[in-house]
Amino acid sequence: MAAWLVRRLVASMAIVFAVVTITFFVVHLAQGTPCGGERPLPPDVCERERAVFGYDKPLPVQYVKYLAALLHGKMGYSFGLHRPVADALADAIPNTFILALAALLIDFALGLALGIYQAARAGRFGDVAAGNVALLINSMPVFWLGLVLLLVFAQWLRWFPAGGPHNPILCPRVDSLYCLLDFLWHLTLPALTLGLVGAASTARYQRAAILEVVRQDYVRTARAKGLREQRVLLVHALRNALLPIITLFGLAFPFLFTGAVLIETVFAWPGMGRLAVNAIFQRDYPVVTGAALLTSAMVVLGNLLADALYAVADPRIRVRGGEGGP
Amino acid sequence: MRATAPGRRFFRHPTAGPGLFVLTFFVTIAIAAPFVAPYPPYYQIDIEHPNHPPSAQFLLGTDPLSRDVWSRVVYGARVSLGIGAVAMLVAVTVGTAVGAVAGYFRRWVDTALMRLVDVGLAMPRIFVLLMAVALWEHIALWVLVLLIGLTGWFGTSRLVRAEVLSLREREFVAAARALGAGAGRVIFRHVLPNAAAPIIVSAALGIGHMMLLEAGLSFLGMGVPSPTPSWGNMIADGWHKMAVAWWSATFPGLAISLVVMALNAVGDALRDALDPRRETV
Repeated sequence: MAAWLVRRLVASMAIVFAVVTITFFVVHLAQGTPCGGERPLPPDVCERERAVFGYDKPLPVQYVKYLAALLHGKMGYSFGLHRPVADALADAIPNTFILALAALLIDFALGLALGIYQAARAGRFGDVAAGNVALLINSMPVFWLGLVLLLVFAQWLRWFPAGGPHNPILCPRVDSLYCLLDFLWHLTLPALTLGLVGAASTARYQRAAILEVVRQDYVRTARAKGLREQRVLLVHALRNALLPIITLFGLAFPFLFTGAVLIETVFAWPGMGRLAVNAIFQRDYPVVTGAALLTSAMVVLGNLLADALYAVADPRIRVRGGEGGP
Repeated sequence: MRATAPGRRFFRHPTAGPGLFVLTFFVTIAIAAPFVAPYPPYYQIDIEHPNHPPSAQFLLGTDPLSRDVWSRVVYGARVSLGIGAVAMLVAVTVGTAVGAVAGYFRRWVDTALMRLVDVGLAMPRIFVLLMAVALWEHIALWVLVLLIGLTGWFGTSRLVRAEVLSLREREFVAAARALGAGAGRVIFRHVLPNAAAPIIVSAALGIGHMMLLEAGLSFLGMGVPSPTPSWGNMIADGWHKMAVAWWSATFPGLAISLVVMALNAVGDALRDALDPRRETV
């Protein structure tokens, strides 16, 4: 297990390194300079500023310097935001994390419940109706679902605020119970949007997993013992049907982060996705590379975590050190 | 002529009929666009009074630039469905080629290609596409389609590789090789036809993914350039005015949802029809 973990960690780091390298070169190849935009700088000022940041040097030199700084934990200085990239990311990451975590919670709570319900009534009206609704939600563009929820719950019903992470006047910082509630209130719609789309696919997998397990002999035995159907499903079948969910957990990471890019734009949520999108528009090189670094690290670690959890949860696929993986 | 077993299984699937109906509807209006759309897609009908609500005259209302939403949905179907289909074709072709080569030749070829796929799957795809689009000041539509396709083949290649890895050990492949068939002939004539089912299914499901991605990019202003109507940039055009004119961003999104749902339904039915071992209850 330890050897496998080391191998996987090394591989993960290699992947992140490759992503950073690709991102670095692609973003520097982009046309236009950071001096452009709505109020372009005069050419001579632009040249001077480029020299200050080292952007006048050949690309490979810049690349080596960037990597060297990265090894010292420095991610460069953002000229768009006028602050170190690490600081900007450190401000944005918690917002993205909280959003992703809340979405994940809704995703699995709702998805599991719905999947179990559907499996219990497989083939009957409740199952078919729920299945179709889940399929429809799963087919929606996630940002469009966000817009529709905003329209209905913020604009028409006025139950929830129209965007942003908090009330800018009463609660600029979360420092009281009232402000915590205010934050959660602002969090509800974006988290629900991401969570609903995720839940729809979780329910599909969960339903299929239970129906697969229900055919096994030990479930027949449990039924033959005279256990009630509820107990058979929730105790005997569910435990084994939860295994595929672990894979789904690993798959959820990329979805949550790409979804976050769009959702953060719709809900004016100051997270990493919005930071990165704005940086791409402004050619703010170090911010883009830093965001890509963190996002890919998150995705790779999510997969690693899912594989490790899988090995722990299912003794049948426990890995032997060194050779192969789960 | 008697229907084949997979054909019968496909049509007996409860979601196949409605799914095909929805797809046929949208493909038909896309092809017959000039006859179905009452106005040209770029025509600004009454620029003084935009955001006309849905009525008998404007079936789905008019947008903030006073263009008929229904007409733009109709012409947008061409763009959105076309992008989805062509991008998927690119992705499935590349994915199948890479997966077949990796699975058939194994050893270092496999290792190298699959590490590439690992990197591809770890890249935040929407970032990559945004960066790639930012490379060009004005992006041509075919470049966008190519980019969406070229960043979408990683999953398919893993699927095909797994399939090829197991197929290449079978007796009929050994027999073909013993008869002197070369690698290309074995892959194309013997291995890939037997891996067709999962490829077809992933293609059907893939079109939907591509369409959603195009919509997301267009929504961020980095996809299909305005004024060409695509369902994605119609949402982008309409969403700032959603509070006063909900229809201009809502209907194109509904069109995407319906088409993607239909594609998923047909994909599911195809999977069950082509693979009798996988019975759904």
